Amino acid sequence: MTSTTEQTGRSGINVARLLMSFGPLMFLAVLIIIFTVLKPSFIDPINLFNILRQISITGLIALGMTFVILTAGIDLSVGSLLAFCGMVAAVVAKGGAANTLSLSTSGTQGYGWFAALLAAVIVGALAGGMQGFAITRLKVPPFVVTLGGLTVFRGLTLTISNGGPISGFDASMRWFGTGLIGPVPVPAIIFAVAAILCHIVLRYTRYGRAVYAVGGNAEAARLSGLRVDRILISVYVIVGFFAGLAAFVLSARLNSSEAVAGIGYELTVISAVVIGGTSLFGGIGSVGGTVVGAALIGVLQNGLQFNNVSSYTQSIVIGLILILAVAFDRWLKSRVRR
Amino acid sequence: MAEAAASSPPLLVVEGVTKHFSGVTALSDVSLEVWPGEILGLLGENGAGKSTLLKILSGVMPPSSGRIVFDGADYAPSSPQDAKRHGIVTIYQELSLIPTLAVAENIFIGRAPLGPLGLVSWRKMEDASRAIIARVGLAIDPSTPVSSLSVAEQQLVEIARALSLKSRLIIMDEPTSALTETEVQKLMSIMDRLRQDGVAIMFVTHRLEEASAICDRMTVLRDGRLAGHLDRDGQPIKIPKIIEKMVGRAASELYARPTQRDVAGAVRLSVRGLRTVRDPLAPHAIVLEGVDLDLKAGEILGVAGLVGSGRTELARAIFGADRIAAGTIALDGQPIAPASPADAIKLGIGLVPEDRKHQAIFAALGILNNFSIASLGRYSNGAGFMAERREREALAGYRKALSIRMASPEQAIEGLSGGNQQKVILARWLARDPKVLIVDEPTRGVDVGAKAEVHQILVQLAARGIAIMMISSELPEVLAVSDRIVTMRRGRITGEMPGVEATEEKLMELMALDRKQEATQ
Repeated sequence: MTSTTEQTGRSGINVARLLMSFGPLMFLAVLIIIFTVLKPSFIDPINLFNILRQISITGLIALGMTFVILTAGIDLSVGSLLAFCGMVAAVVAKGGAANTLSLSTSGTQGYGWFAALLAAVIVGALAGGMQGFAITRLKVPPFVVTLGGLTVFRGLTLTISNGGPISGFDASMRWFGTGLIGPVPVPAIIFAVAAILCHIVLRYTRYGRAVYAVGGNAEAARLSGLRVDRILISVYVIVGFFAGLAAFVLSARLNSSEAVAGIGYELTVISAVVIGGTSLFGGIGSVGGTVVGAALIGVLQNGLQFNNVSSYTQSIVIGLILILAVAFDRWLKSRVRR
Repeated sequence: MAEAAASSPPLLVVEGVTKHFSGVTALSDVSLEVWPGEILGLLGENGAGKSTLLKILSGVMPPSSGRIVFDGADYAPSSPQDAKRHGIVTIYQELSLIPTLAVAENIFIGRAPLGPLGLVSWRKMEDASRAIIARVGLAIDPSTPVSSLSVAEQQLVEIARALSLKSRLIIMDEPTSALTETEVQKLMSIMDRLRQDGVAIMFVTHRLEEASAICDRMTVLRDGRLAGHLDRDGQPIKIPKIIEKMVGRAASELYARPTQRDVAGAVRLSVRGLRTVRDPLAPHAIVLEGVDLDLKAGEILGVAGLVGSGRTELARAIFGADRIAAGTIALDGQPIAPASPADAIKLGIGLVPEDRKHQAIFAALGILNNFSIASLGRYSNGAGFMAERREREALAGYRKALSIRMASPEQAIEGLSGGNQQKVILARWLARDPKVLIVDEPTRGVDVGAKAEVHQILVQLAARGIAIMMISSELPEVLAVSDRIVTMRRGRITGEMPGVEATEEKLMELMALDRKQEATQ
């Protein structure tokens, strides 16, 4: 054991390490090449921006999920929380909870997009904080707490919306979902800025160091003086915040908050994080990986659609790719270990 | 080794075995023999090649070259299962039992005896298990789940399983590292019984006293090569001889006793009437009781006690890791009540914990992050951003001062030897300039050579005025380093003496007083 690990410390490691950190990226590049060969218009900027817009919603949540999974946690409630925050945003934006199927914005007497955004992210962060509290203080495993959250938030959403959608926002709010800055969709810009911020936090701050440490070895972290419970609660606050932000962008894009929004998003989000190389056991992973993971799923979905593959078949392919991507990652790592 | 055994052919012959890993030679031209009915000690520092040899013998990987003969035939196992089929079973430090299953199920895992309908016959399985576990001196019901057994008992179950597989060679990798003194004695007597039954045992250990007590012969490895064979010759193999073979220099340099001082420093840490309980809901399960202790600035206080004596719990209580039920702790005369390690650390207390792998090391992180984790505040600016340059400079300083042998600050800490890992953990605390440093088993899993270095570091730190409390179950270490020694037994302090007056016998007596009573419990 000692002798083998010692020797990997010296020679040959750099190539393998490099491959390891770029494994998902290589996978992504191969996919793009394949789709371009199949249909050259795939690589058109219009389509690429389209993909960016598509991945920005789950991508935003995946950024938060990266923090959670780095601490060896999980959050299954994000899809429901997204619907709940979206509904809160709609109520604030519209000034009431009356269902409407009309997308007309006349008669809106709400509090404006800023209040809606603020309400969504605050509610998301609070909901995350409550789940974090249950995980750390009540000592219920994250899987169970957030599984409970998954149904609770969906139920809350249906309750306040009475099951229906709330639609029709004013143009200033819709801009966050449908607007463009130059050729770039606004959601993609929000996602990019958020990703850069998250990367900086994880890579360059003491908080980021603490997150990795808590995920790597919680007991050692506690004995090194880190306030482990606070850090754990904070990551659920972060993922809740991002669920709220994603909810706002999604509602703005659809010009409607749906009670059934976000069903199954937790799986796409977790897939993106895991494909990006973040270990479900905690302590290993990066924001860059998550962005690549989210892009990989987006490219796959879009590329398959582009080639008229049915959405049924799409799910099969995406599921298999998830397994393959992780298997590939494992294989690379085992090569490094040898 | 009995006369008859000597005339019979050896059970295992390893001839010129070499193993390369991508350019590095982990094992070079090693040869050894094991006869039936003998205990061969395999010794060597970490990285000497013991693990590699074990992996080859147990079928985990093949040698690059060389020849192995087992029971007269060429032996080249394709997998650990294959090795077992041949009759070689390896029992690792990390036991391979399934904790939720019963003892009998573990013994017969994958080959449960079947009844008439082709279903598992529990009766047959338990009867057979009963007979086998009796051979290893275990008196437990075979339907007991393994999780409710002590580590020592679990080890015996592993040995029982090996016996049930009709193993002729049992390789034991550090079997005693997690056992108490009494349990070690028991294991030794069982090893002796197996030897009389004609089973060959390869005993891999760091514990020289035990190796000396039980081994018929020893094979010592150094830097992947054969350093030599030692023979019992009617009396136990002398420890200094073993050390000399292991490190390649005379043993007198190791465990060299530094000049112990009667430290006249001010009392730094003062503990009075300390009591802790295992669980607040069960106030009678007392872990520590009436512990009084003074620790002076600049002294090394050795705390000697067996596993379970409360020595580690004392450290954890002072460090705020375990709750205190009664008693007071004062630092520099001021009463303190740390409710968490974070509190204790802020007050200037550091702890190098007993179980490095689970309590100190962040295996997924590099050396730099492992080093600075307890002092992120010192190496970051007001906005919370890491000041990586300062951090790296600090690590570079400790790398030099403590002579940490490492490739780069990014290197995975797991790639370091035990001694160098421990130095990184020491540096982690030194970066905080602690007033009090508690070190629990500071040289566990550390090579013989690096042990002396760690001791030297502790002595230097004390000379700088840090109050050091060193917990250890290795008496030579306690004697070598401590200015003053207290002994613990069953949660209480049982004695105190200056280091110069202490001897192993005196300490052992205080640590294990009325041992008979303890054994019958």
